[in-house]
Amino acid sequence: MQWGSASEFFAMGGYGLYVWTSFVATALCMVWEVLSLWRRRVAVRAEQRAALLGGIDETTA
Amino acid sequence: MSVNWSKYSAPQTFYPLAGRLIPWFACVAVVLMGIGLYMGFFIAPTDFQQGEAYRIIFVHVPAAWMSMFLYVVMAVWAGVGMGLNARLSFMMAQAIAPTGAMFTFLALLTGAMWGKPTWGAWWVWDARLTSELILLFQYAGVMLLRTSIDDVRRADRASAVFALVGVVNVPIIYFSVQWWNTLHQGASVSMATGSKMASTMLMAMLLMTVAFWLYSIAVILARVRCVMVERESSPVWDEKPTAVQETVEAR
Repeated sequence: MQWGSASEFFAMGGYGLYVWTSFVATALCMVWEVLSLWRRRVAVRAEQRAALLGGIDETTA
Repeated sequence: MSVNWSKYSAPQTFYPLAGRLIPWFACVAVVLMGIGLYMGFFIAPTDFQQGEAYRIIFVHVPAAWMSMFLYVVMAVWAGVGMGLNARLSFMMAQAIAPTGAMFTFLALLTGAMWGKPTWGAWWVWDARLTSELILLFQYAGVMLLRTSIDDVRRADRASAVFALVGVVNVPIIYFSVQWWNTLHQGASVSMATGSKMASTMLMAMLLMTVAFWLYSIAVILARVRCVMVERESSPVWDEKPTAVQETVEAR
């Protein structure tokens, strides 16, 4: 391992800004994609449920 | 042993199957990403030319590979959709586009982050960078065409044609560093000459690539499931055949 301390690790030999921006941006994009899909899934399930109930209401009415 | 593949292309089989596969792909992706990051930051040595800045490679190269790979996969699904007039294939193409666009954006962003310290510029109009930027516009075009056409079947076909025509750009991106005299460095890993990197660097990069690949499969399957319900709004695809019964009982 080449890191003497945590601050040395975060400094990345003076390239910390570039290296961490790259990794954090990638992580944020992935987290955002997963969260937006999760919300989309919740909406889809609600729609599915409404369709189910709606369909049954029509047949029983 | 013969497998009846057409069985898996039926929405009612594919939908629950995709749902069961997502957690596995997601879990393995997270584990491999953890190992890849550990190797990339703690085991891979400092580069003798670029110092620590080279560590951007562990997100830059996997993102760039995925941006091209996903485009080809999207075009293949679009082509299959055109050829067989299969709705599920068009839906797969539709589900791939946003993830592909995201990786293209990340490849460009992390590339800028790498370019500034090593070349002294965030951006240059170099063949590799320019063709990758065009790829981002192609993804945007495929998605915009879809949203701008109301008729779903016409939207499918229009975006499929656009995606298929644009596939020409992928080999251009890949070989741009050989065909033109670019500022962008050539391939560090090649089928013909093997790797020019330290084995731990290469290992970390490959682990991150496999992790990004599995991540993509997980999110694309999750998205295609949403798309299937949004487009067909058919509750019969629910994992549980008893869903209707349960919903009635729950009232």
